[in-house]
Amino acid sequence: MKHIAAVALNTFREAVRDRVLYNLVFFALLMIAAAILVGQISIGIEEIVIVSLGLSAISFVGLLIAIFIGVGLVSKEMDKRTLYALLAKPVRRWEFVVGKFAGLVLTLTVNTAAMAVALFLALLYVKHALDRSDTAVLVAVYFIALKLALVVALALLFSCATTPLLSILYTAGLYIAGQFIQQMRTLRTDLMSPGLAAFMRWLSYVLPNFDNFDVVGAAAHGRAVPAALIWQNTAYAALYCAIVLLAAAAVFSRRNLK
Amino acid sequence: MNTSKNLARVLWVVLALGFAGVWQLQRKIDVQRAAFAEEQDEVVMRSAKLTKLMSMEFAPLLADVYWTRAVQYYGNKHMQKAKGLDLLWPLLDMTTTLDPNLLPAYRFGAMFLGDKPPAGAGRPDLAIQLIERGIRENPDYWRFYEDLGFIYYFNLKDYAKASQAFLEGSKNPDAKIWMKVMAASIAAEGNSRATSKFLWSEIYQSTKDELVKKNALDHLKLMKVEEDCEALDALNDEYARRTGHRAKRVRELLDAGMVRRLPVDPEGFPYVIGEDGKAELNLQSSLLETQVMLAPKE
Amino acid sequence: MAVPAKNKGMATVAIEIENLSKEYPHGFLHLKKRTSLQGLSMQVESGEVFGFLGPNGAGKSTTIKLLMRLIFPTSGTARILGRPISDIGMHQDIGYLPEQPYFYDYLTAAEVLDYFARFHDLSAAERREHVDRMLKKVGLETAKKIQLRKYSKGMLQRVGLAQAILHDPKVVILDEPMSGLDPVGRREVRDIILELKQAGKTVMFSTHILSDAEMLCDRVGVIVGGKLRGVGAPEEIVGMKAEGMEILFELAAGEGKAGALAAKATRTGDRYRLQVKEVELFAALEQVRAAGGKILSVTQVKASLEEYFMNLVEADRAQASAIEVSAQ
Repeated sequence: MKHIAAVALNTFREAVRDRVLYNLVFFALLMIAAAILVGQISIGIEEIVIVSLGLSAISFVGLLIAIFIGVGLVSKEMDKRTLYALLAKPVRRWEFVVGKFAGLVLTLTVNTAAMAVALFLALLYVKHALDRSDTAVLVAVYFIALKLALVVALALLFSCATTPLLSILYTAGLYIAGQFIQQMRTLRTDLMSPGLAAFMRWLSYVLPNFDNFDVVGAAAHGRAVPAALIWQNTAYAALYCAIVLLAAAAVFSRRNLK
Repeated sequence: MNTSKNLARVLWVVLALGFAGVWQLQRKIDVQRAAFAEEQDEVVMRSAKLTKLMSMEFAPLLADVYWTRAVQYYGNKHMQKAKGLDLLWPLLDMTTTLDPNLLPAYRFGAMFLGDKPPAGAGRPDLAIQLIERGIRENPDYWRFYEDLGFIYYFNLKDYAKASQAFLEGSKNPDAKIWMKVMAASIAAEGNSRATSKFLWSEIYQSTKDELVKKNALDHLKLMKVEEDCEALDALNDEYARRTGHRAKRVRELLDAGMVRRLPVDPEGFPYVIGEDGKAELNLQSSLLETQVMLAPKE
Repeated sequence: MAVPAKNKGMATVAIEIENLSKEYPHGFLHLKKRTSLQGLSMQVESGEVFGFLGPNGAGKSTTIKLLMRLIFPTSGTARILGRPISDIGMHQDIGYLPEQPYFYDYLTAAEVLDYFARFHDLSAAERREHVDRMLKKVGLETAKKIQLRKYSKGMLQRVGLAQAILHDPKVVILDEPMSGLDPVGRREVRDIILELKQAGKTVMFSTHILSDAEMLCDRVGVIVGGKLRGVGAPEEIVGMKAEGMEILFELAAGEGKAGALAAKATRTGDRYRLQVKEVELFAALEQVRAAGGKILSVTQVKASLEEYFMNLVEADRAQASAIEVSAQ
């Protein structure tokens, strides 16, 4: 455990000192400020606009961070041989993978929290008070964080297996595919061969379903998210991350470093 | 090495179990989310103009996305036989604001916004609003006049305006000749089965949209059913006059030589005579469902 | 050519390599195989400084990476301090300096060393003490708060060395420790290696700088083309024949008849290097003096590791092309 913690904290420190991170967060803050302006244009629905634009910004920027840092922090280590010295220490490869994941999740959590604070400040500015209905926004942010954890796990898996460029492409590709799971289910199955229909159905369950975590609409309207969904999404994210990390550790344990 | 092979096997098993767990969880989540309202981006729906402003050069692309969602929304609701197509108008409004030249969206909207629920949204007023926007933005596309006339004729039963719409459309040099004919016959007769049949056939032949085609065909089949039932009722009246009582079963009409063989509906199911003495669809006929969808008894 | 090491008991063998091979999939669709190491068997004894020599691409780094479990062998085994290389716990007692080390851009030297130290289960106080000591030892004390991205190559090499010996390991394995260092840096590394030896540690390092090997090593192993060609003390491998004398002299242009002498000598500007047999030494010196040249130095010429080396490389190349020819 101590080894995992050491890797995690080091990853966090390395990520936090990287200027790219600050640029991205700054960009998100800009978008939130822009949301306030945009809200002024659409009379009567300022809050709705701020929440939905703000959450979209947090999600988008978070996604960029997750993919690029997720890929960068592992590929860069392997590429630049930082890893050589580390793996010569009495530390197991899977400990490295889990530690990296923990560090990245910590980084993302801190970023997301910072951007969420900005969002709430923006809301405060417009509404002059926060009320119960804003807990939905909090839940939406939590779901975004869960989603990002899953993305980071995938980025980690691909970094352990292939080159940085391919890792980015695969991770982004899976994310996009995961958004269209719903569409996959409602494809006109009566127009397909039963084999293809079954395959599509299977695929729609096996691929990571990022749509689960989307409650931006509800948050924008202050509609409460059912507690059951919160537990289920948490369990889903945890389980899927565990699977991905297991695969990553397995792949990495047998990988011949350059 | 034996241990590493065993370890590999264990890993595969764990992975499989993990995915099984994911599968189960996903199903629970699906149920949860279906119950939890689906109107996820109502916020953006309310401000089509805003979206258009923000999407800049991506507006047509975004229009396509929304168009796809509109069709799938309809398809979903249709398959679930759900009540209320409330989101259809906002989706189509968004689509046509983002890309005013997306012709299929207007035609789709004309049909399904106007139709009575559960097959449509039951909002002919919005359908008209949509088509009028279509005409404004695409003045050369004469088919919109056809659609407009369609809405007035079928949904609003305003024959004067229907005839006017067909007349306007016929002025376009590309318009088919029947537009003029239609204008005249509606002005003269108002509602007539021949007109209705013609309009639906025209839609059926000219459209490329699968859903619209199916809808038109359903309407045509139902009209045939109506015709057949009317014919059967007329025969039954004759039978009553001859024998003094109405036939309770179609068999009786057959035996009396009034029909040469058992009349069947377009799906092949024989008609039956209901308790009120009027001919109606066989309970086993698949058209019964269609009838409920398209022409619910008020 | 291999001279068998003096037979000692198992307890005094620090590193034991048995028939280690490594093949890489190669070419389009990974159908071909490239052998980078073939059947290497070698031993490094406790307390000795062992030099692992070979030209670039010979398989030195591959061997070391195999030992450190960074890559996995196609066949063969190895043990360090009696434990198999798959035993991760064994890494507590070994230190490793990778080739051209690079560390985290945004961390300082102190932070990096502290990070690495955490994997050795030292208490916080112990870590601090070790890290401070190491920084002093490699001369980075003043630079310890500067982020590594600002470090020069030499400084990075020193950080690498520091993390390798931080935890006082029994065996230290260094991959090209002198590469990229200026003469001062190289001297420092040499001194550290000697210090380690005096402290009873086993040191194995790879290099292609032969003079360093000659100076530092108790024994060397020579690897060319993925195969081990010879193991033994440097002198044993090349033989101690003194082959003659070398005269370094200066002769300005236009002075006297340089003629015969100049023809046989190697010239750089006004300086000439001339090799003569020992018996001819005094005659040659007389000739230089007669021509008006100034004698700068006279040294003994020994067959060097370099020649041995070059012969091996040549032989290897000849064999490779012979195989190609016969394959045609």
